[in-house]
Amino acid sequence: MSDTFSLSKLIFGRLTLESIPYHEPIIIWTFAVVAVVGVALLAGLTKYKVWGYLWREWFTSIDHKRIGVMYMILGLIMLLRGFADAIMMRIQQAIAFGDSMGYLPPHHYDQIFTAHGVIMIFFVAMPFVVGLMNFVVPLQIGARDVAFPFLNNFSFWMTVAGAALVMVSLFVGEFAMSGWLAYPPLTGILQSPGVGVDYYIWALQIAGVGTLLSGVNFTVTIIKFRAPGMTMMKMPVFTWTALCTNILIVAAFPILTAVLALLSLDRYLDMHFFTNDFGGNAMMYINLIWIWGHPEVYILILPIFGVFSEIVATYSGKRLFGYSSMVYATVVITVLSYLVWLHHFFTMGSGATVNSFFGITTMIISIPTGAKVFNWLFTMYRGRIQFDVPMLWTVGFMVTFVIGGMTGVLLAVPPADFVLHNSLFLIAHFHNVIIGGVVFGVFAAITYWYPKVTGYKLDPFWGKMSFWCWLIGFYLAFMPLYVLGLMGVTRRMSHFQDASLQIWFQIALVGAILIGCGIISFVIQLWVSYKKRDSLRDETGDPWNGRTLEWSTSSPPPQYNFAFTPQVHENDAWWHMKSAGFQRPTEGFVPIHMPKNTAAGMVLAGLATAFGFAMIWHMWLIAGLSFGALILGTIVHTFNYNRDYYIPAETVSEVEARRTEVLA
Amino acid sequence: MSIPRTLIRYIPTAALLALLSGCDTIVMSPYGDVAKQQADLIVWSTILMLLIIVPVIALTLLFAWRYRASNKAATYKPDWDHSTNLELVIWAAPLAIIIALGALTWVSTHQLDPYRPLDRIGEGRPVPADVEPLVVEAVAMDWKWLFFYPEQGIAVVNEAAAPIDRPIKFKITATTMMNSFYIPALAGQIYAMGGMETQLHAVINHPGDFEGFSANYSGHGFNGMRFIFKGMSEGDFDQWVAKVKSTGDDLSRDAYKVLEKPSEYDPVRYYGSVAPGLYERILNRCVDPGQVCMKDMMAHTMRHREHEGEGAGEEHGEAHGETHEVHPHSPTERE
Repeated sequence: MSDTFSLSKLIFGRLTLESIPYHEPIIIWTFAVVAVVGVALLAGLTKYKVWGYLWREWFTSIDHKRIGVMYMILGLIMLLRGFADAIMMRIQQAIAFGDSMGYLPPHHYDQIFTAHGVIMIFFVAMPFVVGLMNFVVPLQIGARDVAFPFLNNFSFWMTVAGAALVMVSLFVGEFAMSGWLAYPPLTGILQSPGVGVDYYIWALQIAGVGTLLSGVNFTVTIIKFRAPGMTMMKMPVFTWTALCTNILIVAAFPILTAVLALLSLDRYLDMHFFTNDFGGNAMMYINLIWIWGHPEVYILILPIFGVFSEIVATYSGKRLFGYSSMVYATVVITVLSYLVWLHHFFTMGSGATVNSFFGITTMIISIPTGAKVFNWLFTMYRGRIQFDVPMLWTVGFMVTFVIGGMTGVLLAVPPADFVLHNSLFLIAHFHNVIIGGVVFGVFAAITYWYPKVTGYKLDPFWGKMSFWCWLIGFYLAFMPLYVLGLMGVTRRMSHFQDASLQIWFQIALVGAILIGCGIISFVIQLWVSYKKRDSLRDETGDPWNGRTLEWSTSSPPPQYNFAFTPQVHENDAWWHMKSAGFQRPTEGFVPIHMPKNTAAGMVLAGLATAFGFAMIWHMWLIAGLSFGALILGTIVHTFNYNRDYYIPAETVSEVEARRTEVLA
Repeated sequence: MSIPRTLIRYIPTAALLALLSGCDTIVMSPYGDVAKQQADLIVWSTILMLLIIVPVIALTLLFAWRYRASNKAATYKPDWDHSTNLELVIWAAPLAIIIALGALTWVSTHQLDPYRPLDRIGEGRPVPADVEPLVVEAVAMDWKWLFFYPEQGIAVVNEAAAPIDRPIKFKITATTMMNSFYIPALAGQIYAMGGMETQLHAVINHPGDFEGFSANYSGHGFNGMRFIFKGMSEGDFDQWVAKVKSTGDDLSRDAYKVLEKPSEYDPVRYYGSVAPGLYERILNRCVDPGQVCMKDMMAHTMRHREHEGEGAGEEHGEAHGETHEVHPHSPTERE
C-alpha cells in the first residue's frame, strides 16, 4: 500500500484525465450541447439579474409551494435526459440486426439502459410525485406549510445532489452497466471494478436520504397539521394516498439504504455479503432490493390514484363515488405491497408453495385496484363530464392502465412468469402501468393544478396535442414489445440475428418518436401558455369549480396559504363551503407565524455531493473533509435559532384586500 | 349497434392477428410439453381476466361519451356517491375472478414446478415406467454455456441436444454472473447462479433446432450468450453423442481453466471426455487445485475442531485429502 501512496492519489484518488471519455464522439457532442445550453442559460440569468431573485425566492425557500415547483422542474429536466436514453435504445434496437451492429457498443448501450431506468424512477417519477405532494397536500389540508419546512428544502437539494451525480457520470468516468437494480455478483468489485456502480450507489444513497426525510415530513404533516374538523375520513383522497405513500416511503427506503450500504461494504472493504465465495449470497441482495422495490412502485402509483380521484370528481361535477371504499382500497394496497416482492424472481428457484403464495398475494392487490377503477367509473356515471385536458388524461389512463394491470396479473402466475420473465413482455407491462399510470397522472395533475401554481391555465390546444401524441405513441411503442416478448425476445439486448423481429422494433421506434412529440408539445404548451397568460388568467382561484380546500384560496396562493385556518365540516370541504354560501373573511386579520428561508439545505446537500463524488473516485482526503464538514454543518445549523418570523397583520390585510378587489 | 360498425371494430383485431400469424411467437406455440402447458395457462388466465377487463374498458368509453357535458339529455346526479349493492359488485367481481385465477395458480404452480420430475411427456402420454430422465448439467459462464452429459461422458459449449419424448433433467449453475437458462421452445426459464444449483425438468416433443439463451443480463458479453438446442430422434442423438466423442478434445481441469476466461460469441466446442467430477467442482467452486469445495467447507471446519481425520467416511475421502493439502493456508488466502 505504502509504495502506491502519493499526494495526487490522496487528493484525486483514481480520477485522472483518462477518466474523461473524450474519445467517444456521442458523449463529446452531448457534452458540447449541454455546455452551450448551460452557458447560454447562465449568461441569460446573469444578464437579466435573476440570480439574487432565484437565490432568495427559490433556492433557499422553505415554502412548500416553491419547493414543490422546484421538484417538478427537476423531474421535467430529468425526463428529457431519461427520454434521450430511451430514444437512443430504440434507435439501436431498430437498426442492430444481422451484420449491422448499430451505433452503440455494449459498453455504451449497457450504461444507457441502466441510466434510463435509474433516472426515470428515481429522478423523474419520484420528483414528480413528491413535488405534487409538496404543492398540494398542505393546501388540501388547510395548513400553512409542512411540519418541518427546513427539512423539506434539504430533502429537495439532496434529491438534486443525487441527480447531479448521475449527470456527472456521463462526462466524468462512466455509469453502472448493471441494469437499474444493480444485481450482484455483476456489481461486485470483481466483475465491476470501475466507478459506474459507485456512481449508482452514491447517487441513490444521497437522494434516498432526501426521499426518506420527505416521507417523515409528510407523514407528520398529514397526521398533525390538518385543519380543525378534518377527521381522517374527511381528508381529500389525494391526501389519503399521499399519507399511505409516505408511510410506505418511511418503511421501505431504509431497506434500500441498508442494502446499498452492504453492497458498498462488499465493494470498498472487501466484505462478502453478496459475493459468490466466502459465504456471500446474491439472493439476499435480490430479496432485499425488492422488499424496497415493490413498495416503491406503489409509492409512485398511489398518489397518482389520488390525482385521478380528484380529477374525475371535479370534471364530472359530482362527488367521488365510494369515498370510504376508495380509502380502504388505498390502505389495503399499502399493506399488501409488502407481501408480494418475491414475484420479481419466481425464477430464482423457490418451491412451488412459496411461488404460489406470492403469486396469489400479488393477484389480491388487483382486487382493491379494480375497486378503484370501478369507483372512478361510477363517478363518471350520471355526471356532467367536462373534457378538459386533465379529464382526457384520466380516460386515457383508465383504458390503458387496466391493460397493464391485466398483463401484470398474468405475470403473477408463476409458470406464466417462467416464460415471460425478463422478456420484452415484462418491459411492455411495466411501461404500460408506469406511463399509462404515473406519467399520464403527472401530466393530468400538472394541467389540473397549474392555474393554482401560476394564476393562469395551460393552453388546451398544446395540451391535447401532448395527450394524443403520448397516448398513440405509447401504444405504438409498447404493444410491439408485448408481441416481441411472446416471440421469446429478452430484455437488455443490443443486437439481434432474427430479421423477422425488426419490423416490431421499427414500429416501437415510431412510437417513441411520437412520445417525443408529446414531450415537446408539453414544453411548447408551457411556453405558449406563458405568452398567452393574460387571456388564460384565472382570477377566481377556482377555475374548475373544485371541491377541495386548495381551490378556496387565491391563485397563486399567498405565502401563508390561508389568512384564517379553514373549518372543515364535510368531505369535499370547499364544495360544501360553496354550497353553504361561504363568505370570505375580509377583516380581523392577525399576524401569521412563518418559517424563515435558509441556505443550510443547499450547503449541506452540496457537501453531500462532494462527499459522494470523493467516495466514488476514492479521494479519501476530500471524502473525509467533506463528511466532517457535513456533520459539523448539520450541528451548526441546529444552533441557528433565528428561524421564524411573523407576517404582520397589516400585510395580510393588504394581500387579502387586493384579492377582495380582484374577486369583486 | 349496427352490424357494419361491429365489423369495423373487428378489422383492427383481424389485421393484428394477421400480422401476428406472420411471425413466430415461440412462447405461444412451443415444441415441448412443459412450455405448451405454460402457453395454455397464459391463454386461460388472459381469458379469465378479459371477462372483467373488456367490460371495464367498454363502460369507460361508454360513460365518457354518454355523460359528456354537452349531452343534456343524460341524467345528472351530482350528489349520488354511494350504493351498497353496487359496492358489493365492485369488490365481488374482481374477487371472483381472482379466486378462480388463484386456484389455477396454485394448481399450475405445483404442476409445473421446475424441480418436479415429469409424469407426462405430452397430453395423455405418461412417462413410461422404464424411462429415466436424461441428465444435462448446464453451466452459465462468461459469456457462454457449457453442457455436461454425465451419462455419455461428454461436454459441449454453446450447443445442447436431447432425444425427443425423453424427459430431461437439467442441473444448472453458473461460474460468476447470475444468468437465466431459457429455451422458449422447451420450457420456462430458471436462474443460473454461482455456488448454487437450480433444476429444470422438461421434454422436447419435436425434432428441430431451437434457440436457447441467457434471459438475465450478465454484463458485457450477455448479448452473445446464445446456443442451439437440438431436438433429435433417439438414433440421431446417439450419432450426435458419437460425433462429440470422436471429434472432441478432453475437458481436463486445465482445459477448463482456459475455457473459463471471459469470452464472447464463442463457437460450438465439443469435448469427447471430461475430467471426473468437474461439474461438481464448478458447482462447489473448487476447480483450482487447493481450493476447498463449498460442500466440504463446513465439514472441514467441524473435523478441524475435532482435531481432524476421525470418522471421515468413504464419500469424503477425496475432499479429505484435499483439505489436508491446503491445511496450512486459510481458505481466504487464495491467490
